[in-house]
Amino acid sequence: MSGYTNGLRPDLALITEWIEPGSRILDLGCGDGALLAHLAKTRNVRGYGLEIDPDNIARCLQAGVNVIEADVDDGLKDFRDGSFDYVVMTQALQATQRPDRVVSEILRVGRTGIVTFPNFGHWRVRLALALGRMPATPALPDTWYGTANIHLCTVADFEDLCRERGWSVRRRSLMGTDLDLSPFSRLMPNLLSEVALYMLEAPDRA
Amino acid sequence: MPNTGVPGGFPADSVGLVTPRNVAIERPLTLDCGKTLPRFELMVETYGELNAARSNAILICHALSGDHHAAGYHAPPPGQKPGWWDSCIGPGKPIDTNRFHVIALNNLGGCRGSTGPNTANPDTGKPWGPDFPIVTVRDWVRSQALLADALGVRQWAAVIGGSLGGFQVMQWAIDFPGRIRHAIVIAAAPKLSAQNIAFNEIARQAILSDPEFHAGHFYAHGVVPSRGLKLARMLGHITYLSDAAMREKFGSMLKSGVMSFNYDVEFEVESYLRYQGQSFVDRFDANTYLLMTKALDYFDPARDFGDSLADAFRRATAKFLVVAFSSDWRFAPARSREIVRALVEAGRDVSYALIDSQLGHDDFLMPLPEYNRVLRTYLGRVGTESEIPPIPPFAKGEERVLPPLQKGAARSAGGFE
Repeated sequence: MSGYTNGLRPDLALITEWIEPGSRILDLGCGDGALLAHLAKTRNVRGYGLEIDPDNIARCLQAGVNVIEADVDDGLKDFRDGSFDYVVMTQALQATQRPDRVVSEILRVGRTGIVTFPNFGHWRVRLALALGRMPATPALPDTWYGTANIHLCTVADFEDLCRERGWSVRRRSLMGTDLDLSPFSRLMPNLLSEVALYMLEAPDRA
Repeated sequence: MPNTGVPGGFPADSVGLVTPRNVAIERPLTLDCGKTLPRFELMVETYGELNAARSNAILICHALSGDHHAAGYHAPPPGQKPGWWDSCIGPGKPIDTNRFHVIALNNLGGCRGSTGPNTANPDTGKPWGPDFPIVTVRDWVRSQALLADALGVRQWAAVIGGSLGGFQVMQWAIDFPGRIRHAIVIAAAPKLSAQNIAFNEIARQAILSDPEFHAGHFYAHGVVPSRGLKLARMLGHITYLSDAAMREKFGSMLKSGVMSFNYDVEFEVESYLRYQGQSFVDRFDANTYLLMTKALDYFDPARDFGDSLADAFRRATAKFLVVAFSSDWRFAPARSREIVRALVEAGRDVSYALIDSQLGHDDFLMPLPEYNRVLRTYLGRVGTESEIPPIPPFAKGEERVLPPLQKGAARSAGGFE
């Protein structure tokens, strides 16, 4: 991706703005703990990250971020219903065994869920496929054989799933990364946004 | 282990020659069982310097058969074995003695010089033997707090322990929240399972039924219940290793290739267990073994909090690091996750690492690269924050050691947060 906001990935910077100060957060697949460290510093947010990669776990410990070694695919059974204000999963939903079940778990444990994923409907992806190739784009840089992404979806697919499961979309942000396409991406989000961010709530809380 | 670039022939990353010392605590200690020790002594070793702010002290809590000799050597090599956690404690090692003042002790009731069953009962002048009170993990923590007072440590930068040592770490965080900044709990459990207690019971029965045990007064008979103690240790060793590690280490081939149709040693694992059992008899006291297993069995910090471990942890203010090993079945990773779950529920700071391992429970003593990295990284931050002196002195007349908890007395824990 092109730009970094204060050293923070743009989707993480946007999530930071969505989160109420002083809240309690669980970050699934927290990577090096950048989001949690930033939220702790700027918003007095307390929380935990889940991570399975030993290198990332060491980075979190280095950053003073609470990190719990756990596989999101095993579910969030160690966490109680509604025990977090927010459960966040950035750019990892498409790498899980069952994204629909993961979102259900997110909305069980968190009062609010925030998920971000690369939009497989972006024009770069479509162009690559139209030319007969698996896409290699800024948001999806890996080779088809080396990628961890096993359940890619488009913005339209994801919104279908939300409707089907009754998850209510409280906020949505669609980010293009190479151009400021915001007026256009509102019109054709599935074509023009490279990364999608959703704030969701479970039906009984909506 | 590699280089011997230090005078005396010690490895360069060793704390070198260490001398244990005896610290007499001239204050009474009332135990959970109701008895009071008017005074007691603890054997300790220390490594690294206490800084001027007294903010860089680390306490090492030992497991069932451990003692104060955690690192370094009691005599120059060759032929000397270093302390039991030498792989982890030393200059530049994960518990870095260039940064931390490390204190290791032999617990009360131990048999390596601290007041315990094999030391003299002041009332009789003879060894305490079975009359030594059965101590609990809470008693140990209280005795360690008195030791900290005696050594001028008001607050630990960290308390660290594996297995039974990890139990003491949790108890520290619950009972003395103001005196511990970081709690590092390794290969532990929130309490023993029925299976854990069952193994301990067999070990105790092995000792108690040895004719040379003499109801614990074997010292007077000039014997030791070596058969019972040996059996207890052999049983213990089975639980310290994984099935895969035993298979790898010993296999199940006949040593001589043929069956000899008797009960001599025919398989490698038999000679290993016999050797481990025998060498334990030479260095350990049967009454201490009984007492240690009982302390394990009794440990349950949730008991005083309506069986809620989360409520127990609500008293704690320390930040936690919990570490488990994938091949450990004695205190399996699922047990560590119970601890983590309760800490999360209590809203406490906690990190959890599951170390991929082969050996079993004993892996907590091994220099596994991933394990060492987790400890080194975590303690690196502890060390940095220890350089800022944050600790106010004790107020005049402030109670340093909490009185024993009355059952049910601490149900509302809000005042400790």
